[in-house]
Amino acid sequence: MKKNKFYVLFGGIGLILGSIFLIASDHIDSPAVAGNTVDIADFYAFEGSDPNNTVFVATMQGPLIPGAVTENAIFSEDVMVEFNIDNTGDFVEDLVIQAIRRDSIMYFFGPSVVAAENAGLQSQVYVDDFAGQVEVSKVDETLTASGNGMTFFAGPRRDAFFFDFNQYNQVVSGAVAPVGFLPAGEASDFFVNLNVMAVVVEVPNSLLGDAPPHVAGTVGVNGLPNAYNVWVTTKRKQ
Amino acid sequence: MNIRTIKLTGLALCMGLFFTQCVDDDDNGNVIEQATCNDGIQNGDEEGIDCGGNCPPCFDGLDFSGTYVQEDIAGRPGVNTVFSGTDMVKNNYNISAVSDRAAFQPVFQNTLEAYHDIYGQALEQEIDYETNILGWDAATFTTVLAQFDALQVAPNGPTTYYDGTNILTGRNLSDDVIDISLTLMFGGTSGARFDGNNGTPQLTSDGVGPGDRNFTLPFPYLESPLSL
Repeated sequence: MKKNKFYVLFGGIGLILGSIFLIASDHIDSPAVAGNTVDIADFYAFEGSDPNNTVFVATMQGPLIPGAVTENAIFSEDVMVEFNIDNTGDFVEDLVIQAIRRDSIMYFFGPSVVAAENAGLQSQVYVDDFAGQVEVSKVDETLTASGNGMTFFAGPRRDAFFFDFNQYNQVVSGAVAPVGFLPAGEASDFFVNLNVMAVVVEVPNSLLGDAPPHVAGTVGVNGLPNAYNVWVTTKRKQ
Repeated sequence: MNIRTIKLTGLALCMGLFFTQCVDDDDNGNVIEQATCNDGIQNGDEEGIDCGGNCPPCFDGLDFSGTYVQEDIAGRPGVNTVFSGTDMVKNNYNISAVSDRAAFQPVFQNTLEAYHDIYGQALEQEIDYETNILGWDAATFTTVLAQFDALQVAPNGPTTYYDGTNILTGRNLSDDVIDISLTLMFGGTSGARFDGNNGTPQLTSDGVGPGDRNFTLPFPYLESPLSL
């Protein structure tokens, strides 16, 4: 074994041990955000039931067990959820759709054009781009509303993410090497009976501009359709 | 009752009729709608009490001022959790901009190789990452993960994270992103390098699917929360 290989191995085990008990996909993915209202669980972006629309889904604060924990979960008034859309291919957001709660209402702004100097880690609410609002649903409600061509939802939902998280911890720690994951039937979905807080926005593609060439083309995977680069951030008021 | 009284009464009745008629007319006009913006109840096309619709936006009077600073971020599933390795790196990743991630690439590559070393050690053989089904070597794969960490979502055409033919056109609720990610990490050029067959470790599937979840719902697409 080469010396640098040994270093990677040894250092790698330390790295991997550090990741035990942390949950994929983005659920409680770092100590600083775990158990916090900023903590993003998952991000989805897909074609809507109307193919002219794109749907953005941010799930947060997972895992929430059913019952009182879910019923008592709230969106913080200090935390903005921001959907970022890069439509030029430079991985800097050109448009954002913002959501933030006041009292029982989630307010939505955008899509707002982001000037280059305003992109990145800090944001302000684009109040001039108010788009609409929806009452935050309670556990037994599914309240939706529309504005500026978009449709909105905010509230608790069942977690859509499926993963044998417990076995994953064993796999990455080496405890179950060399076997690895369990076969179907023996494996267990950690998230199957858990909830999350969700913000959902369905947006007409006409509001998002033209999509740039797919980034995979820059690393040898050609022929993919043009695609926006999208991500979600949570930002706290300072 | 004298004539003067009769005249005044008649005038009053006419005026009353006139004003009543004015109010009736305004039920269909703009005047009454503006008046409802101050009536303390949600009516007309208002989205809240005296706001929204033809009234002022409902956030008037609410405070949205201030600067909001990033504390968490998510693009593709699992990237930070699986590849950042240490708590410090994970925290730093969450407060970084997507376009400023070059420093994470070598960390991600080390982590990817370290996962292979664990199984190499257990099997007492040298095991390194092998170029995956997309033709990406370790450096390219981890560059894609670190520096292009966003979902690519195609506005024209169906969404899939990977369906065996199409790839990276978004992420559906139903996409098995864990199996896809594991296959890209451990599947090698064939996709089946460590699939649990022929005495190999099972590292390309976690063995679970969506179970009884319903992914065919209308907006907001997610199921109602589970109760006790």
